[in-house]
Amino acid sequence: MAQLTSVYRTAGLRARPGLLARIDLPRRIVFLAAASMVAIVALLLAFIAWQGIQLFVKDGVSVGTIVSPTWNPLADKGPQFGLLPFILGTIYVTAVALLISAPLSIGLALFLSEVAPNWAKAIVQPALEIFVGIPSVVWGWLGITVLVPFLADTFHGPVVVSLPIVGQVFSMPGFLTGFSWLAGSLVLSVMVLPTITSVSYDAFRAVPQELRTGSLALGTTRWQTIRHLLIPAALSGVLTAVVLGMTRAAGEALAVQMVIGNSPTLPASITQPVTTLTSQITLDMGNTVFGEPWQDALWTMSLVLLLISITSVVLVRVINKRRLAS
Amino acid sequence: MLNGTRRLGALVIAAAVIASACTSASASPTAPAGATGATVNCQTGSITTSGSTALQPLIQDAATAYEGHCSGATITVNGGGSGTGLSQVSQGAVQIGESDVLASTKIATADANLLVDHVVCRQGWIVVTNLDVTGVTGLTTQQNIDIWSGTDTNWKQVGGPDLPIVLIFRPQSSGTRATFKRIVLGSATEATGGQTLTEDSNGAVTTAVTTTNGAVSVIGFSYYNDPANKPKLNGLQLDGTDATIANVGNGSYKLAADGNLYTKGTPSGLTAAFLAFMMGSEVQGTIIPKDSYGPVKQ
Repeated sequence: MAQLTSVYRTAGLRARPGLLARIDLPRRIVFLAAASMVAIVALLLAFIAWQGIQLFVKDGVSVGTIVSPTWNPLADKGPQFGLLPFILGTIYVTAVALLISAPLSIGLALFLSEVAPNWAKAIVQPALEIFVGIPSVVWGWLGITVLVPFLADTFHGPVVVSLPIVGQVFSMPGFLTGFSWLAGSLVLSVMVLPTITSVSYDAFRAVPQELRTGSLALGTTRWQTIRHLLIPAALSGVLTAVVLGMTRAAGEALAVQMVIGNSPTLPASITQPVTTLTSQITLDMGNTVFGEPWQDALWTMSLVLLLISITSVVLVRVINKRRLAS
Repeated sequence: MLNGTRRLGALVIAAAVIASACTSASASPTAPAGATGATVNCQTGSITTSGSTALQPLIQDAATAYEGHCSGATITVNGGGSGTGLSQVSQGAVQIGESDVLASTKIATADANLLVDHVVCRQGWIVVTNLDVTGVTGLTTQQNIDIWSGTDTNWKQVGGPDLPIVLIFRPQSSGTRATFKRIVLGSATEATGGQTLTEDSNGAVTTAVTTTNGAVSVIGFSYYNDPANKPKLNGLQLDGTDATIANVGNGSYKLAADGNLYTKGTPSGLTAAFLAFMMGSEVQGTIIPKDSYGPVKQ
């Protein structure tokens, strides 16, 4: 737009025609496409925000209920819409998924960008692309038929970790069923692996080659170059990759719902069933009626989920701005 | 799945046979509804239904049969859950909304008063366990209360093996759960926490029960009697009564409820004709027993 204005200025045109008249038809079409996208996002945000606050505005539930631990819409004393089990469930399942997936993905990105010979890249990259294309229901299906029975059969008893001198350092109850927080995190960790890998790979590739050769000329080993040069230089890109992976993980519904057991209580142990925002929304939406407080509570959950993803988009932009600034 | 396809196939053949019988029997396809059971009041147009997934197999089979009789009619059958069915029929988005529970328990009284209830069948539910729960063939109401409220946590407490009980619930909003609570559990508080799972459909529940040691849940007869599921499940008596359609019919098996089809106001046209067809001898006498529901009219 700035360019266009300057073109008019150089041409000595004083009359400023209207915005649409100043641009030709193809530009008008792409402008319309961009404008409608923005409009759709704005309407969507407005709609979900409006529906999401109905629980407090129309149904008179106090805002503090969001952090209440009790979810029981059919309680005898009146419905209780505590959202804490779902919010914590989403955060915990996502966090453990990232703990598993981020080191693997970043390592894989480093391997692809710095270490792998061309023939290895030729195998790994298409494999990653196939990974991206696997639908979430397939991951969930694998989870419920392979992972869940495996966890239940293998770790049935209490899990105890002990060291020779220190003694027992860690213990937790075993899996009563394989449906658990850990199963959800494991399924999510493979689902976000390609996202984190490809975005961090781009970040590593964006580091100028001269820096690498300069570093190697100083006599550093490849590992020293990676550790002291590449990782600091690409850090904001890698963080962006992890945040994008987090958004993807927090928003995933189907695969997670199939393996976490959906128990609407506070997460107690990594071996026990938990629930998430997305999972509860899909469980209840078909069985509740538009406009009743119960469905309004589901809208509030959607709003919370949307706020989580807006926060991460803002985070990505802040990280990128700092990268550009530095 | 395999069975579903086979059943559908059989139905298509059955519908085709009936359709040809119909054309040869009546001279004019637009003949009005007669007193004889085989004649169908054919209306043209298209209607949509949505709601309870527990009733969906029956509505789908009846719709296919009706369309087989009447070439100008299109009946689209959607699921979505009882809540969806009631919302959409209230809004006028669909002509028929199916629900496992009464409209008055789900939606505002003012909206519920505008709806007309058509009870077309009885449906039953059965308590099922994983096959490793050996030696337990039935539970009493009190035993169910003890198990589902978390008082009893091991199958040996009700005469079974030494195995933890894993409760598989439907979501609180589910019609199945509401019916089970109303008829069996009463005012008892359902257990929550580590030993409980929640799965959202008859299919997901069946998978979870067959793969989880010591699991117990509640599913509809039509899913239990599916030959693909039945050998993998241990179906339990309730208070010593077998879970059969016959026992639902004579009232001795209590875990049963009406299948409600709701319309907004008095139905007309194709909607009315289809509802009449649901009450006719073909649906009540043939399709309903085949799909493991109970007839409301002999």
